[in-house]
Amino acid sequence: MSDPRPDETMPVPSVTPDGPRVGVYVCHCGTNIAGVVDVAAVRDWAAERLAPHGVVVARDYPFMCSSLGQDLIEDDIRELGLDRVVVAACSPHMHEKTFRGACARAGLNPYLCELVSIREQVSWVHTDHAAATAKAEAIVAGGVLRVREHAPLEPFRVPINEATLVVGGGIAGITAALEIADAGFPVHLVERQPSIGGHMAQFDKTFPTLDCAACILTPKMVTAGSHPNITLHTWSEVTDVSGYVGNFTVKILHRPRYVDTDLCTGCGICEEKCPVKVVDPTFEAGIGYRKAIYRPFPQAVPKYPVLDPDNCTYFERGTCKACEKLCPPVAIRLDQQPEEISLQVGNIVLATGFEAFDARRVEQYGYGRLPNVFTSLEFERMSNASGPTGGRIVLRDGVTVPQSVAIVHCVGSRDRNFNNYCSAICCMQSMKFAHLVRERTDATVYEFYIDIRAPGKAFDEFYQRVQDEGTIFVRGRVAEVTDLLRLPEEAAEDGRLIVQVEDTLVGRLRRIPVDMVVLSVGLEPQPDAHEVARRFGITCSSEGWVIERHPKLDPVATMTEGVFAAGAALGPRDIPSSVTTGAAAAARILGRIQQREMALEPIRAVVDAERCSGCRICNDLCPFSAILFDEARAVTEVNPALCQGCGVCIAACPAGAIQGTVFSDAQILGQIEGILMDLDRRGPPTADRRPQAVPA
Amino acid sequence: MIADVLTLQRDDAQAAPGVPPYEPVVLAFSCNWCSYRAADLAGTARVKYPPNVRLIRLMCSGRLDPTFVMKAFACGADGVIMTGCWPADCHYRVQNVKALRRFELLHRVLEGLGIEPERFQRFYASAAEGQQLAAAFTRIVEELRPLGPLGWGRLPEVARGEAALAELGELVQLEPDAVPEEVRS
Repeated sequence: MSDPRPDETMPVPSVTPDGPRVGVYVCHCGTNIAGVVDVAAVRDWAAERLAPHGVVVARDYPFMCSSLGQDLIEDDIRELGLDRVVVAACSPHMHEKTFRGACARAGLNPYLCELVSIREQVSWVHTDHAAATAKAEAIVAGGVLRVREHAPLEPFRVPINEATLVVGGGIAGITAALEIADAGFPVHLVERQPSIGGHMAQFDKTFPTLDCAACILTPKMVTAGSHPNITLHTWSEVTDVSGYVGNFTVKILHRPRYVDTDLCTGCGICEEKCPVKVVDPTFEAGIGYRKAIYRPFPQAVPKYPVLDPDNCTYFERGTCKACEKLCPPVAIRLDQQPEEISLQVGNIVLATGFEAFDARRVEQYGYGRLPNVFTSLEFERMSNASGPTGGRIVLRDGVTVPQSVAIVHCVGSRDRNFNNYCSAICCMQSMKFAHLVRERTDATVYEFYIDIRAPGKAFDEFYQRVQDEGTIFVRGRVAEVTDLLRLPEEAAEDGRLIVQVEDTLVGRLRRIPVDMVVLSVGLEPQPDAHEVARRFGITCSSEGWVIERHPKLDPVATMTEGVFAAGAALGPRDIPSSVTTGAAAAARILGRIQQREMALEPIRAVVDAERCSGCRICNDLCPFSAILFDEARAVTEVNPALCQGCGVCIAACPAGAIQGTVFSDAQILGQIEGILMDLDRRGPPTADRRPQAVPA
Repeated sequence: MIADVLTLQRDDAQAAPGVPPYEPVVLAFSCNWCSYRAADLAGTARVKYPPNVRLIRLMCSGRLDPTFVMKAFACGADGVIMTGCWPADCHYRVQNVKALRRFELLHRVLEGLGIEPERFQRFYASAAEGQQLAAAFTRIVEELRPLGPLGWGRLPEVARGEAALAELGELVQLEPDAVPEEVRS
């Protein structure tokens, strides 16, 4: 291991060719890099072998990103007159800004600094120390030969439109919208359903405090609905997004409500008079009814009803029109058409939430086949005082109060057949159910769990409370829920359900008869999550959860500038975490709005008009319409405001007339040459192989 | 002729005593948004893959100029991998599809030059697929190993000749008087 202090005796090449003066800085990252890569060897190798390529100093330091490490670079720039810097440390996605900042402070253009990754790409993925060191040397050489070709650049500044688009009107989206609107900036809140509120509006109580969900949510919904800075677009979807951070153009499709919202007073007479009653599969989770013209729930925001043409008699048979005839302000518009509007926004928050796992997929649990097997969402509606049963916990017949209830955890979660992940909320939700059943009935309650995951504030205390209330906890994954009686002693249980489980604490199989089974289903991404991700130009995991810019340090930003995510769109999470991420996304956006403009990486394509032959091969390659053809001069031009810097046109130009900043041909070819330098048997023209003075 | 050299070098690689066993060197081009992120993730998750693979970041797989691939082979790479976002998941909407077109075309050209198809491969990895990327790197290195060195940029006699010429050229420039008359002409 080398001396952790900066080594002042390190050989500084005496022969420096003309041209760039490069400094190489190799980071130990504690033992993260130095534990596998011989950093001193890399340093010496760079100082010696890369001297002909302009390296005038090479140093190593335990933490280059520390202020002392950065001072080292700054001092060298000032004292040794460096005009290029290569830092071999972590991924550029981690600390590129840090080292560019250090260069800028010392008066060097930040784009003359190159960060090469020898941690994520070397020390963390390789075990052979010698091979890892050799690879690190190659990567450093690639960086040096690349940075030689760098040119000073200025960041590209774009103005930030003050308006923000929030997609999804659940608690995360509402929070984000309110935070931004309260700061005085306009927000467009888009919600696919007729009302904002999201899943939280369906719940009765929230764990572990048992606050009434509606009591804490509806004031926020009302504030969002009446806020002068918030425009609600309910029963709407975003159909197209174009542009870039600060200046997105979004198209929003308003589906027809068949109600003129300028006239509607929300009196509810249309709903009362509508003769058609259908099962509500969305808000009431399939256990309640609604009319063909309806508001999903009484506190809906906005208050306007929506007509469901698939179930409306008028749309089916051309008659009825009861709502139209009886509406006091004559607000019904049966000829309303979809309307697409276009908006300009500067930033976007995706708070598109989750969808509950479809319990039918776990066939052995009998949901959809055995009537008294319920899902957690059905149970939420049942236990809700404003739900179909008025909060009474009853079997599917709507009357019988269960004598025993089984609550099954991890349905669709932590299961290789469905989802490997833990859905994070089901343990607490299940225990909340147990509490509610015990509170409202005399039933015996069983919780069938794999592990209890209760890591939040006051969560474990709630677990203890539920145990104290007499809920029976059985550790074991339920094998089957059945109505088939197999054992002689089960003869008395006709008509009940049998839960078969291996009780792993007792170490034997058990068949427990119950009246009601509640399946605590997991959380899944929205079924169109991939499609939405594509529309907004972001990436999501194979399951469909939005991928953060950094899972720990940048948890609400996405890889696309100007697009943020909040709530369960990022992954399974509870209400407090959804609120936190919503507020965090808002804080990030507010900072940008207040700056009025934003600096972007100046990665752009530039056409050299002298070399352009006007062949137009590149013209159709740009999906951002950044390439224009100047008919008068017969040359192609790139609009830098629209160019996103992908570089496809650069690679396509047969004349080499298009060049890219930050990723130019010369830079990439230099990097290739450098990174493969050790393979070239010719070797680099090292100083000692240069012709020395030859006697005359 | 290339085939002769290849056979020769393969024999060399197997036979020469005291020479470290042949390790293929693979250059992987990655896009900034998906596959480079996946490589970062592989690192963060400490997923192991052979050190034979070296990575160069581009903004998009569509930036991969065929020249880069030729240059990599010319500089001694035994294989080149083009990695990027999954089709339809491109950060730049559809640009990786254009990369795919170019890949297929270049593949044909390389085959025409007698380069085994395994030496130029593509692999898609989303930003979440660090494990899959590492597995692909491992697999491709193992596929390349039995092929032996490609040999471009490694032809010792050519290299020696070029190096000598280069030195002579520099000598002529630096010390014109030191060079004998017959060499200068």
